[in-house]
Order: sequence, then structure tokens, then C-alpha cells
Amino acid sequence: MSASNGNGNGNGNRNGSQTGAIRIGFYVCHCGHNIGAVVDCAAVAHYVGTLPGVVLSRDYKYMCSDPGQELIQSDIREHRLNRVVVASCSPLLHEHTFRTAVERGGLNPFYFQMVNIREHNSWVHNDRELATVKAKAQARAAVERVRYHDSLRTTRVPIQPDVLVVGGGISGIHAALTLGNAGKKVFLVEREPSIGGHMAQFDKTFPTLDCAACILTPKMSAVRAHENITLWTYSEVAKVEGYVGNYTVTIRRRPRYVIEDLCVGCLECVGKCIYKEAKFPDDFNVGLSRRKPIYIPFPQAVPQVVLIDPERCLQVKTGKCKKTCLEACADRKAIDFSQQEELVQIKVGTIILATGFKLFDAKRIPQYGYGLYPNVVTSLELERLVTSSGPTSGEIILRDGSKPRTAGFILCVGSRDTRTNRWCSRTCCMHSMKLAQLFKEHTQADVTIFYMDIRAPGKGCEEFYDKSLREGIRFVRGRVAEVTDWALAPEEEGKLVIRVEDTLAGFVRRIPVDMIVLAVGMEPQADSQAMRRLFNLSCSTEGWFLEKHPKLAPVSTFTDGIFIAGCCQGPKDIPDSIAQAGAAAAECLALIDRGYIEQEPNTAHIHEENCSGCKSCLPLCPYTAISFDETVGRARINEALCKGCGTCVASCPSGAIGQHLFEDEQIFKEIEGILA
Amino acid sequence: MSAKPKVAFYWCASCGGCEEAVVDLAEEIVGVVEAVEFVLWPCAMDFKRADVEALPDGSIAATFLNGAIRSNEQEEMAHLLRRKSQYLVAYGACAHLGGIPALANQFTREELLRYVYEESPTTSNDAAVRPRPDCGVNGHRITLPELKQMVRSLDQVVPVDYYVPGCPPTPRLTKAAVAALLSGSPPPAGSVLAPDLALCEQCPRKSTKPVDLKFMEFKRPHQLRLDPETCFLAQGVVCLGPATRGGCESACISGGMPCSGCFGPTSRVRDQGAKILSCLSANVEAREPGEIEAVLAGIPDPVGTFYRYGLARSILRRDVSLAAEPVTPRAS
Amino acid sequence: MNPGTESIYSPAHGWQPRLVAFFCNWCTYTAADLAGVSRLKYAPNIRVIRLMCSGRVDPQFILEAFARGADGVLIGGCHPGDCHYVEGNYKALRRFQLLGRLLRDLGIEEQRVRLEWISASEGERVRLVVNEMVEQLRALGPLNLPEKMEAWDREMTALEETVHAEALAAV
Repeated sequence: MSASNGNGNGNGNRNGSQTGAIRIGFYVCHCGHNIGAVVDCAAVAHYVGTLPGVVLSRDYKYMCSDPGQELIQSDIREHRLNRVVVASCSPLLHEHTFRTAVERGGLNPFYFQMVNIREHNSWVHNDRELATVKAKAQARAAVERVRYHDSLRTTRVPIQPDVLVVGGGISGIHAALTLGNAGKKVFLVEREPSIGGHMAQFDKTFPTLDCAACILTPKMSAVRAHENITLWTYSEVAKVEGYVGNYTVTIRRRPRYVIEDLCVGCLECVGKCIYKEAKFPDDFNVGLSRRKPIYIPFPQAVPQVVLIDPERCLQVKTGKCKKTCLEACADRKAIDFSQQEELVQIKVGTIILATGFKLFDAKRIPQYGYGLYPNVVTSLELERLVTSSGPTSGEIILRDGSKPRTAGFILCVGSRDTRTNRWCSRTCCMHSMKLAQLFKEHTQADVTIFYMDIRAPGKGCEEFYDKSLREGIRFVRGRVAEVTDWALAPEEEGKLVIRVEDTLAGFVRRIPVDMIVLAVGMEPQADSQAMRRLFNLSCSTEGWFLEKHPKLAPVSTFTDGIFIAGCCQGPKDIPDSIAQAGAAAAECLALIDRGYIEQEPNTAHIHEENCSGCKSCLPLCPYTAISFDETVGRARINEALCKGCGTCVASCPSGAIGQHLFEDEQIFKEIEGILA
Repeated sequence: MSAKPKVAFYWCASCGGCEEAVVDLAEEIVGVVEAVEFVLWPCAMDFKRADVEALPDGSIAATFLNGAIRSNEQEEMAHLLRRKSQYLVAYGACAHLGGIPALANQFTREELLRYVYEESPTTSNDAAVRPRPDCGVNGHRITLPELKQMVRSLDQVVPVDYYVPGCPPTPRLTKAAVAALLSGSPPPAGSVLAPDLALCEQCPRKSTKPVDLKFMEFKRPHQLRLDPETCFLAQGVVCLGPATRGGCESACISGGMPCSGCFGPTSRVRDQGAKILSCLSANVEAREPGEIEAVLAGIPDPVGTFYRYGLARSILRRDVSLAAEPVTPRAS
Repeated sequence: MNPGTESIYSPAHGWQPRLVAFFCNWCTYTAADLAGVSRLKYAPNIRVIRLMCSGRVDPQFILEAFARGADGVLIGGCHPGDCHYVEGNYKALRRFQLLGRLLRDLGIEEQRVRLEWISASEGERVRLVVNEMVEQLRALGPLNLPEKMEAWDREMTALEETVHAEALAAV
């Protein structure tokens, strides 16, 4: 009778199909033991088989396998199924697989609903009985819902073939070159005045000890010379709009006060600068050397163009300078003090983020004395010291200019540490062994590495560890407690003393050394949160950009058309970064070469005859997909602009807006079914 | 006489406004009176319940019942009229949705009786006398209808064929409904006999609502000097027009008051209150919880505001923390 | 609730709180997937309905869930500023704030409806929130709206049955 809390308030006609004609096929997947061990799949299949409209209900070992998919196809034909429900893993994983199977069976692919009984059930519950009850409820929700599914079509949107690569480190460089070589136009945007990233600061690379500059510089020059690559350094992404295939990106180009196209990198202006002495810390050499207000970041910089530091340059700061640089530049006229920040808009179809990492700030662990004792340095500082083109021309010296006779490397500084960062930075063991070998080679000093575990899993890395041992580098296992200059014994006078529990020997040791190198770990960039918002990505708790799937989609993100490569996704070494960069480039190419994007048909649509024109939905749409048609006094949705969030649907006060795949009636039925 | 279709009007828990609405047909009522034969109209004609009981089942062409169902007498009459009628029409907001009386669904029967008979400021009843459903006076037995534990819309008691919405329905809708039912081709069963479009569609102030309206605050009509031509929402006054069926000829709007929702939701909405809540709150400008709360504080009584007429017919129907009271056996 | 089919709960389980969750596709649903991949264990009382955005959560869905027997409703969306659709989550927040007050006025305790921001990486948080909420619901006890509604309706069916009996007697 009517006293139940039925739907509506009179007019009973709702969208959706007639129950009488519905023929549902239901499949529950064991996923080997993944589901079957916790959920009683046969019981679920039996239960669903009793539900009205279900003409066939099966359990099967692996639904996503070829035979599983073929089963669906043949059942559709033999049993004249017109709806299919599969209970297996997450729809984010296999919805597409099964939709395709349904389509091959001759049905519209959207007459399908998936039930997540693995990630949301068998993997997170132990109690077999309750898990089975839950699986039945989940399955029932889908069965109730699928009756109301409509036949839908995906829309194809053409893809803009140009690509934006953000970050000009080795990952970004490699991705840009790969895409450029494939004939795609690439915009490479780098925040610093030169590309090269951290790799440009390295002397040699492990485990081969080949010269970093020798392998990187040609790639940098190739970027500069590439006809398909537009390189914008000293530039940042300011705004990202649009969606996969059709992004509009605004780039902020900071003024370098030098016209890039006119500067030939002769550096005459630098020599003639009013500042005779180079007195400002040089970022590239991590402050170990000085530069002038007009400078080139480093000798191999790409582009080979100087820039002016607006914080230091007298002319920019005060407008009162003799501008000797202008004279030096003479009729090249490359220096332009009137340069302003510039916003440039580009249209691209896909984006690769290769924004890298920042190093852990060693001052956060005060007991290691960084910043307090001058001869405690970071691994990157030592890297600059050991480089022949570095501030000391490759000589490793203490702050007083003398040569160190002993050195200690402290590993896991800001890594594997619950007080700072819990993750392993993956490269520091190998990096430190490389530096230790170079240290020994340059100074013949006694070198000791203080480690917790040596992690050398890469190709040739274990052999490199053996080489370190053979070369007489000592290894002490234990996390260093403290670095102090408080001498307790004569041999400790004037030295830095490392206090450490040697966990292999089983006692606490004090080891005096001349120089201490802190193997600082990798951290997400300081602005990673802002970046992720800009690009609408997710971050892991630590702040690394989150991949779409840790195994199956390691360079994809949850935002279609945006890919990640290199250390912005997590700490990794150069070969891994390059592999990811190549993978990201391939993902872009796969999209571009198909030529179109297939869009999930989950857009909102207004039933025009039902719209009262109350305008409530208009301010809710962040994509301005809804407009008001004054002539008829009703709202209109431009489905090409709609992204399918459904916020307007939930808000339409007279129920005049629907959303494909998420219609009110479908969700109400799902609620009903899940609580049955 | 007997060839004319039989029509009944009945009045349950309501204010009488619906009866007025019938009288508002003015001279046109004559036409109605001529076209039909009244078999029950307690407000205007002297028929008794026994007269109705004497009619064969299904012999009344249409009964227009106004008012919610909140007493056993009303319940009995609803059943009786249902049985005797071909079409039972829920006439007016109370029969359609529970109406204003259904706001009582926020309280228990005991709370209501105590307040009305003992605690209300205008009551003087030191002996705390309450009406009793059954008592003897001077050797005579007197029975009174007993309140049900909650107020119901008509269709929560008996099946209903049509709904004429409004508090009260307009003469135009009433006429159209009578005409439609007596015509050879009645509308589909279950129809609400009013346009299935929200009020804004016809609102005289429609064009004054901006397309980018965000709410900075909510005010009640008495709290500010209202512009007589601008959309109420644009003035920060809660108006249920967007969530309410039109067909009322914008009576309140034209009278300078915002829509309070008496025509109920459109057919596509299950819960009018939830929908207007969704639409108004989503369009609040503030982002911080505290700031949002401050804006929403302008709606001090969401139940009374959003379910002024529709609580009985809403998804929850009443204050759900109220215990279901035991069913009292019928005194007969 | 659904004539013709029995409840899938057998009496042997005793009362189990039912928690219906509306998770946004991009953050919380993915976080729940991550919880699964990470084999984090939590109470089996939750049933998730996937929507594209927390902005799609129509307050009607929440009311309907309660009316259909949910003891609690959890809405999961992206953190403020992180919405895949720019700011659907803010709309969810605003609705939630007013709906919470309305629900309290209609006798549904505050703890029965909860809005949580859970990003795609916070699988652990899914576990925490679900377990916490299920415990709270256990402490609150059943809401039992379907049974209550049935009990309310019993008041009506009494007469209906009598009328029916009388009609039969008359025949």
C-alpha cells in the first residue's frame, strides 16, 4: 500500500528501462585466491542468481583473463543478456576491460556495472562470513543499478599534438628530446636560468665513473639546437587550464635583462661589470664560490646566455650605475634593463612533469654540526669540490686550505629516519661510495663510511661496492649519534669526532676525522604542493607526485594527459629517471598518435523541458560549461566543456539536470541495493 | 439529477483555506454545481457520514479531500471516501504533502497535547484538563477523535489518484482539475495537476536574478527592506521557488513574500527540503567552515524553512528519534 | 524493505552497524583502493558508492541511505584545494554543514554523518576513519529507520486491516 516511503510525490514516471525486459548476467571473480580466499564467491553467485532480472550468475577463477572475457561475450549472445555485472577488482583497474568485452559481445559497453570486491572487500577484511555478506550487498547494489543504465556513446575530442615538459633536469631533457625526435613540438620550461638540473652539478656518475658533464652536455646542446624544442629557461608555469588533449598553459617568463637571441655568451659584460670582485654566492656551486650580478650559471649552461640578478644589480635595484656592461656588449645590444616579466600562453595536448627534488637541509639534524663546523659538508658540496671545473678546480681541501687526511661519510642524513624522512633516498649509498672513491683518489685520505645498510641493488652497483671495499674504504655499521669537536684524547685535537655505536663490533666508538660528508637525502620540491594543485595531481603523504598505479601506470597520473618522470615521483638514480622520462614520452606519443581522446560519457545534461531557469547551477560550474539562454529563459550545458563532476546535478533544485552514468535513479537504486 | 457525476469535498486536518479556495471559484462555482451532484461537503451542505456510507462503493466520481490525516476519524473518513470514490484527489498542500500540520512531526503526541493544553502562553488550565477520547458525562458516553502519533499526507493512508497542490490551490488549478477529471480522458494516475516546472519559470522577478549569484548572508523577510521587483534570493532572502512546482501564479511573490514551497517538489525530486538545501548551501560564497556556518546561521530553522509543507512526505517523514508509540486498539 | 527478498544478514551476526559511504572517484575511492592494495584491514560494515566528486553527493542520497537502513553515512572527498573538479568539495562541505543541522533537528545524531577529506595516498586514513566511525555507530546503536517506519505504519495498517475484514464480511 501507499503508506511506504515510496519515491516521488505523484508523477511516477521516471527515467530508466522497463524491468520486464531486463536480462542481467552476473559474474563473480575469484581472482585466484585474492578474492576467493575471503569471499565465498559461489555463495555470492547463488544469491545474485535469485535476484529478479538476473538470468545467469556465475563464479569464475579469473574474469579478466581471455577465457573470462570470452565467457561474457558468448553468454551475451546465447542468453540474450542485455546487462552485465562483474564483481571483481576496482573499476579503476578493469572497468575498461570489461566494458570492451561487453561491447564485443554486441552490447552497448555502458550496460555494464562493476563491483569492487577485491580492493574494497577481500583485501581489507578477514571475516569470511561478513565479507561474503558485504559482497552480496555490493553485488545487489550493482544489479539494482544496472537496470537503469542507458546506452551511451563516448565522444572523441581531437588532441593537440604539442607537448609541455616542465623541468629541465636529465628527465625533462630526455623526455623533450625523445618527443622532439619523434617529430613533436615540445615546450621545455625550466625555472633555473639553465637546464641540466642536479646532474649538471655532478662530477662523475656511479657505478661507471663516467664523466657526468661528458654525457649530459651533448644532450643539453641537443635540446638547444633541436628544431622541435622551444626552450624557456628562467620560466615557470603560472596557470593550467583545460583537459587532456587541450591544455592551455600560461608560462611566466622572468626577465633576465638580457635578450636571449642577441647574447652570444662571450661574457665580456661579466668582466666589465662595475663590481670588480665576484662577491655574491654562486648557487650552482652551492655557495662555495662567488659570482657577479651579471653572470652565466656555469660554463656549460644552456642557453649560453648571461643573466642579471635583479637583487644584486645596481642598475636594476637603484637605477644608478654606470652600466659598464652595456658598453662591453656594445652593438650587440643584448642587455635590456627594461625587460619585464612576460606571460605567454601555449596550447598543448599533454604535459610531462619532471620537476625533480630538493636536497634535505642538513641543518635540521643539529647533532651533525652542519653549519656549525666548517668542515662538515654535504655530498653535493663535496661533488662541487671534486669537480675539475668546480670552485677549487677539483681539489678537495678543508676550509683552511689544507688537505684532509681522514674523512667520514655519514649516510641516511634525512632518510630512513622517523624524525625527518622515513623513506630511503635510494641513491645516497652509491653516491657516497662514488664520492668516497673519488675522495681517496684525489687525497689518498683514510675514508670511512658510516651506514645502516648498504643498498646496492642496481646494475653494476654491488660490484661497485666490492670495488670500494677493495680500494680500502672502511665501512662502519651504525647510525652516527653525534659529530663534535670536543676532544677527549690528544689524537682528537683539532679534529671532528664522530660518535657512533658500531653495531657490528658492539661498542660505542669515537672516530676523529678531518672532514665529514653528510649524504643528504632527497625531498620533494618545496613547492610540490603548489605544483600539484596547479596541475591537479595527487601527492603521496610525503609530497612526491602520485602515479596512477604503482605498478601498472607508474608515469601516469590521475589527471589524464599529465605524466610524471624522474625524482618528482620519488627518489631515483639517473638510469631510472631516464627510463621514466622515456616512458612518459611514450605515453604522450601514444595519445598524440591516436589523434583523439575518448571521453568518458559522464557529462551532465539538462532536460530542457524541465528547467525553470532558476540559474542556481550556473555559479556552481568551475568550467563555465553552463550558460543561460536568455531567449528561452533556460540553462544550457555545453557537454564539451563539462568534466562530469555532477555538482550541478546534486544542486538542481527541480531535478532538471541528469548525469550520464550517475543518474539520480541509478544512485538511488544503488543505495537501495547496498542496504538490502 | 442522478445522471450528473457525484462529487464529494471533505476536510481533514487543515485550516479551512482549501474550502475557501473552492468558494474562490466565485460565480464559476455555479457552473460546477450545475455540472455535478454533491454528495458530501460538510463546510457547505448538510450531508452526514451515514449518507456516504449508504452510497454504493465507487459511486462517487471524484472526492476532493483537503487536509492532512492526523486523527483516527480522518483516517476512517479517508478509507470510507476512498472506497466510495472512483477518483480520490488530494486537494491542497496538507493532503498532498502533510502541509503545515505535519510540522507537528517534530514532536510526540504527548509534547503537543501538553503544550497546547497546558504550557502555551495563552492557555490557562490549572487543572490540566485534556480532551479524552472516550468519557462519560451524565450517563452519556462521549467519544472524541484521537490524535495519531504522526501527521500523514493522504497518500500515506490510502491510495490517491491525483494531487492538486497549493496552500491553497488556485481557482484556476481547481477548475482545471475538475474539468480534467470529468473529461473523457483523465490525466495519468498519480499526476500532480500542476506544471512540472519550478516556480522560477513563471516568476515575475526571474530576469532580476544574476547568473553568478553567491550567498554572502541569508536574511528573513522582516529583517530588511525588500525591493519589490528583485529576485528574493538576489536579496539574500530564502525563497523556495527554485525547488517548488509552479502553477500558483506567483501569488506570494506578487504579494511581496518569497515562496515557501507549498506546491511541493517537481516529479523528479524525492525530497524538496533536501534539494533546496543543496542548492542554497552549495552557492554560499564562504570556504572556511566557520565562515560557512556564519552564513548558514541566517537559516535558523532549516526544518521549518525547507519542510514547511512537506515534512510528512519527506524522506525521513518526522523526527526519527521519536519512538514509535504502541498502537492503541480502536474504540468502537 | 524489498518485498520478495530476505535480508542477507542472518540473525547469527547479531546487529551490525551499516555504514554507507559516498567516495569521490579521484581521492577517497582511490585511497580505499590503496588501502586494499596495502592489505590494511578495517571493519566490513562499510559499503562504498563511487561518485565522480563529493560535489555529486545530493543530500537526498544521504536521507535515502538513512531511510533504507544505514546507521551512518560517510562522505569522502579530496582535501580543500585539491578537488579534481576545482571546488566540488567546498560545495559538499557547505551542504554537509547545513544538512548536519537539519539532521540533528530531525533526530539523527551528529556522529552518524561525517565528511572526511582523504587524498588518494591516504589509504591508512580510510582504515582509521572507517574503524573509528563503525565504533561510534556501534556505541550509538542502530538507527533502524526501516523498522521504525514500519512501526509508524502499523498504526495505519490496523485500520486498514479492519476495513478489509469488514469489506470481506460484507461480501
